[in-house]
Amino acid sequence: MGLSAAAPLWGPPGLLLTIALHPALSVRPAKAPASPHRDYCVLGAGPAGLQMAYFLQRAGRDYAVFERAPGPGSFFTRYPRHRKLISINKRFTGKANAEFNLRHDWNSLLSHDPQLLFRHYSQAYFPDARDMVRYLGDFADRLGLHVLYNTTITYVTLDKDRQAWNGHYFILTDQTGQAYQCSVLLVATGLSVPNQVNFPGSEYVEGYESVSVDPEDFVGQNVLILGRGNSAFETAENILGVTNFIHMLSRSRVRLSWATHYVGDLRAINNGLLDTYQLKSLDGLLESDLTDLAILKDREGKFHVTLKFFLEENNTNQSADSITLPEDNHDNFALRVAYDRVIRCLGWNFDFTIFNKSLRLNSGNPFDTKYPLIRASYESKGSRGLFILGTASHSVDYRRSAGGFIHGFRYTARAVHRLLEYRHHGVAWPSTELPITQLTSSIIRRVNEASGLYQMFSVLADVVLLKENVTAFEYLEEFPMLMLPQLETLTGRKARHGLFVVNMEYGKNFSGPDKDVFFHDRSVGHTEDAWQSNFLHPVIYYYRQLPTEQEVTFRPAHWPLPRPAAIHHIVEDFLTDWTAPVGHILPLRRFLENCLDTDLRSFYAESCFLFALTRQKLPPFCQQGYLRMQGLASTESLRQHGVESRLLRDYAAMGRHLEDSSQRPGNRGPVGAPPDPGPPVQSLDSNKEEL
Amino acid sequence: MSPSFNVFRVGISFVITCIFYKSTVDSLPELSPQKYFSTLQTGKASLAYFCQADSPSTSVFLEELNKAVGPLQDYGISVAKVNCVKEEMSRYCGKEKDSMKAYLFRGNILLREFPADTLFDVNAIVAHVLFALLFNEVKYITTLEDLQNIENALKGKENIVFSYVRAIGIPEHRAVMEAAFVYGTIYQFVLTTEIALLESIGSEDIEYAHLYFFHCKLVLDLTQQCRRTLMEQPLTTLNIHLFIKIMKAPLLTEVAEDPQQVSTVHLQLGLPLVFIVSQQATYEADRRTAEWVAWRLLGKAGVLLLLRDSLEVNIPQHANVVFKRAEKGVPLEFLVLHDVESVISHVENNMHIEEILEDEDDDMEDPDMDVQDDEVAETVYRDRKRQLPLELTVELTEETFNVTVMASDSLVLFYAGWQAVSMAFLQSYIDVAIKLKGTSTMLLTRVNCADWSGVCTKQNVTEFPVVKMYKEGRNPVSYAGMLGTEDLLKFIQLNRISCPVIITSVQEAEEYLSGELYKDLISYSRVSVLGLFSPTMTTAKEDFTEAGKHLKGYVITGIYSEEDVLILSNKYAATLPALLLARHEEGKIESILLASTHVQDIVQIITNALLGTFPEITVENLPTYLRLQKPLLILFSDGSINPQYEKAILTLAKLKYLDKFTPCWLNLKNTPVGRGILQAYFDLVPPLPLLVLVNLHSGGQVFAFPSDQAITELNLVSWLKKLEAGLENPITILPGQEWKPPLPAYDFLSMMDAASQHPTRKVPECMKEIDVQESDKEQHEDKSATRKQPIEALRIKHWNRSNWFKEAEKSFRRDKELFSQGS
Repeated sequence: MGLSAAAPLWGPPGLLLTIALHPALSVRPAKAPASPHRDYCVLGAGPAGLQMAYFLQRAGRDYAVFERAPGPGSFFTRYPRHRKLISINKRFTGKANAEFNLRHDWNSLLSHDPQLLFRHYSQAYFPDARDMVRYLGDFADRLGLHVLYNTTITYVTLDKDRQAWNGHYFILTDQTGQAYQCSVLLVATGLSVPNQVNFPGSEYVEGYESVSVDPEDFVGQNVLILGRGNSAFETAENILGVTNFIHMLSRSRVRLSWATHYVGDLRAINNGLLDTYQLKSLDGLLESDLTDLAILKDREGKFHVTLKFFLEENNTNQSADSITLPEDNHDNFALRVAYDRVIRCLGWNFDFTIFNKSLRLNSGNPFDTKYPLIRASYESKGSRGLFILGTASHSVDYRRSAGGFIHGFRYTARAVHRLLEYRHHGVAWPSTELPITQLTSSIIRRVNEASGLYQMFSVLADVVLLKENVTAFEYLEEFPMLMLPQLETLTGRKARHGLFVVNMEYGKNFSGPDKDVFFHDRSVGHTEDAWQSNFLHPVIYYYRQLPTEQEVTFRPAHWPLPRPAAIHHIVEDFLTDWTAPVGHILPLRRFLENCLDTDLRSFYAESCFLFALTRQKLPPFCQQGYLRMQGLASTESLRQHGVESRLLRDYAAMGRHLEDSSQRPGNRGPVGAPPDPGPPVQSLDSNKEEL
Repeated sequence: MSPSFNVFRVGISFVITCIFYKSTVDSLPELSPQKYFSTLQTGKASLAYFCQADSPSTSVFLEELNKAVGPLQDYGISVAKVNCVKEEMSRYCGKEKDSMKAYLFRGNILLREFPADTLFDVNAIVAHVLFALLFNEVKYITTLEDLQNIENALKGKENIVFSYVRAIGIPEHRAVMEAAFVYGTIYQFVLTTEIALLESIGSEDIEYAHLYFFHCKLVLDLTQQCRRTLMEQPLTTLNIHLFIKIMKAPLLTEVAEDPQQVSTVHLQLGLPLVFIVSQQATYEADRRTAEWVAWRLLGKAGVLLLLRDSLEVNIPQHANVVFKRAEKGVPLEFLVLHDVESVISHVENNMHIEEILEDEDDDMEDPDMDVQDDEVAETVYRDRKRQLPLELTVELTEETFNVTVMASDSLVLFYAGWQAVSMAFLQSYIDVAIKLKGTSTMLLTRVNCADWSGVCTKQNVTEFPVVKMYKEGRNPVSYAGMLGTEDLLKFIQLNRISCPVIITSVQEAEEYLSGELYKDLISYSRVSVLGLFSPTMTTAKEDFTEAGKHLKGYVITGIYSEEDVLILSNKYAATLPALLLARHEEGKIESILLASTHVQDIVQIITNALLGTFPEITVENLPTYLRLQKPLLILFSDGSINPQYEKAILTLAKLKYLDKFTPCWLNLKNTPVGRGILQAYFDLVPPLPLLVLVNLHSGGQVFAFPSDQAITELNLVSWLKKLEAGLENPITILPGQEWKPPLPAYDFLSMMDAASQHPTRKVPECMKEIDVQESDKEQHEDKSATRKQPIEALRIKHWNRSNWFKEAEKSFRRDKELFSQGS
């Protein structure tokens, strides 16, 4: 079925390729009949898969997406079980800037089509999961993405071939045994395997994925929930009002996302149980390592919590009544009550099963099976040409940034696409080259509107590559910052004359599960204290050359990048609007000036004219503007302000003054003496003391 | 605070502490009355404080007395504390404990007795003691009459140092007394505390103290008043000393050596020298002038008469004053000054600048990095509350952009609301809209890229501001001219016609050349260009058309290639392919052979043809002339140029004398900034017009045509020849330094380092001790000042930048420094 639907799509290119490959094949006759080839194969038509497909489609690349379900976003057809997405759908920001608005839109994918914004799909601030399914379906359809639905890839292996882009092809086999040959494999299968902890009695535990969502089923029950993530709290929230009480058990303390600034931690929308716990209701939270536990079922079908240790002591398959319970020794043991239900909400793991060992996707560490092993470029450490996208790529910034979520990985997918464009098609990382006078403005523009920097803070950063003699620069957006040492080979751009990295950061000691984020005096207002800013704010690093891999690896603790030659913090802003002329732009300009050892001020044409005739050298602004006949004329009103501020001189008035004095009889006053004995022009001639 | 900074401060404090200890080495001897009187030597002065033996051993008075031991010893006065024990009572020992007094003896003769409260501090002690000892040298007066009597008595004999201090015993009084101790035998010191007396001799702005030098020795005529020189510096011992030294120096010195080598006491004391250049012929007059100048500059500069005739080194012919600064290594300034006032103002202005430079240096130590020094940013910010008539332009959005530019010919300004340069230009843009209101078919629109980022990105706008012209959906043309009203207006107007215009008949061509065809446009394009081609010259025509498109909006171009083109080429003596240039202002039509037909070459030919032979240089057109890379020969004129000068220069240009230069003139009425340029060239600007040669592109020398010569062809040629031969000295050399950052940036990296090191920082043992001392001392110093809260608590967020906050913060910062030392 899936194949027949896909046939028209696969037909001609497959044929063409077979012909093209013919000479190669004939040399190696052992080859089975050629399987259809794609340059790019994307596994999974979830948000990350579709996002990647969009970029490949726009670039005109040869690609296909494989999806086992009949439509995109199948995860969202079942999850979250209680149907409420916790990614915010902020429809209004008071701003028209579409790029800025993406900072507060956590659900949309990136595209050129303004209709494909999530706000057109739901009015709810926390939207329903069904709207996400509808949105993803529209995204795939409207953009005409090549998705093979109902195609379950059951096996992925490597086929070494020196002709291949990466020295090997990825061979994908579907449920019908059809194989596909891919030059690059982009895995966007998400985390699909529920995380299970094995302990005696774990068979009595119901999983989040299958537990009833009908509160009626929990009326008057004692419920124990294992886990303390959003799914655990979401489950608790749903039944909070009908149970006798809910106990929640997890290895470590609850992490509140408002304290950690990590959207994967417990969100306020789900934290009703915290409220009732701390307001002396019967519900409660406990910390213990689940692997030490055991659950026993008594004759009445109720569950008791005990320690694995006691079970091993007895070493027999006895009934619950005869096994030691903790309360036998400590009669105030917290979990001594019998439970009607035990529910497991322990999160998800990546499905490694379909990948052949030769792909070396996991670390081999049995305790580390949540995520595949990847680099900061999202490429697998085990196989070149295999990239992990979407939720499964979150190991790069787990518990730090947004790479595990739509509003984060939509940008990392773009970054991966840009890397691939250069690697396989020679299309260098997109950049804008501008004269150095535009440097301050370029940075200010980006820190005020860029959504990728804002969402993927401290993972993706803008890079400014300086040109020779600091006359111009290239601006690269959203580069995976830990790949800086390889920037030249990954992007095709040269970084020979120093660079700036523009990042967004929270204060170093601001985020953490036990941090009080509402402490008095938490916000910094003075530019001199900008480095102590706590809230997300722009930080600019200056390097004289690209940092080496070693420097990146051994960077100081809690630093996103190695130690730079100089650093600048733009002071945090309550409105995240960093356009204040003196508070934000001026200190940034001074920083850039001092890194580049030049003067980046702007001047009116009249000042440039004066400089042109009274100095041998001109400031960059005059060189790049005025001397090219693009000087900036001032208007009467601006000129007046300039004179008032003493930054400009009123030469016309000076002329009038001289005339007046020379007309006075008998007074042959010195011509050209300054008319105003007050302080001289403040700064146009600030170089004067160096004369 | 960075650790290094702390160390630095510790070092300074340590030195201060050492000085403090050294000065207390000579401690106050404690003697019994008998012992004390036995030590008194004949002729030697001694100050003794008699006190009861059982009185407290320390008191504020004793502390101050202790401090006075050293200074008084310097003047040969010994100090002692005499303990009155019961066994040997002295008559100087008072009856009651609190009526103890100090006594001043010379030998064993009592000179004065002082109640302890008059000697309130060390200054008072020194001042009173010296005042008592120098009774004759320092005359204390209370009336103007006293002063006149003394003045009259000393005319022709001795000079007077007259000073006013607000009270006896204050530091200024001590300074005067210390000076009197040194100079009392040479000059008569006169002292008063009467402010009325000072007012009566015409002093203004009287504060704590004033000091005058009365030049009475020179006065021979008793009816004449003594000249007075006011000391302008604050009254300190050192300043008085320097002042008197300068008064002692000869008023006027004659020299006949290289001014570079001359040094006088003035120079050593940091004052500049003024050389009045003299020739034998005018010696007498020059000397009188020089004396007059010297009197005026007394205390401000040294004045010398430089005898040019017997001088070996060459000084510029025209210079009549040479100014030598006190700073080493600063070149001499050769000046042409026409009267005494200008000499004096030159000196005073330069002193003034010096002071300001010092101030600026102070600023460098604590620069206020938060003060805007970008003129565009500051002016736009100050203007932010003015309402612009923005409604005269159409604001485009994501939705309306495409529809609008497709529907009508539109000019689009892409700007960003937060970017100063584009906001400055927005004002000019609105001015254009005002000027065009209701007359133009061109729609003036704007896009704020801060709001409509997507539109700007799609239109490939990556910097601000950008102006593009959209015509009938055709490829937009970016405006590349000056960001100002006039040039943009010209661009819009000239874009009304196609470029090149296709001319279809000889008659039309003639109308085109005469300016009739586009009457309303020729004010925007001083030259109309007509390309003449025979119909078969296809490539040449294409290239010319291409070049015309390039120049669209900047100059009017037309093309004629009908069969009868020879009529025109014959009339204007042009060989095809040719360009005809009609200069409308001059009413001339030139022809140029189009040898090369490369597009770029044609553009270049036309651009060059637009340049004038002797243009008026303006802010707008200077860059086009700078491109020629030749030295500029600029005639500065206040108002329109004298036709004779113009004729002279045009003649020379015609005769190819000026080929190496770009001759031009500058009208100060149209380009007032020219005054700023003249100021940079001349310290004191001679009367206009001025002809100046500026070698901008190699070396930056500026030469001035002698202002006493008339600008005639002959004089010019000989001057240029001298220049070429290297016989002229430049009047100045333009500074060649690079543009460096105007101010430093915050060093956040060090601040972060300091913060991260702080908790683990170990203070070395030896430094700890110093720290303790220091913090003791600090507490002492700080005792009187009200302690403020620790800095961190005070660092309130400032949502608004207001001045009071800045001020307050400065004082907080000082506190912070104090605090960090102790830590």
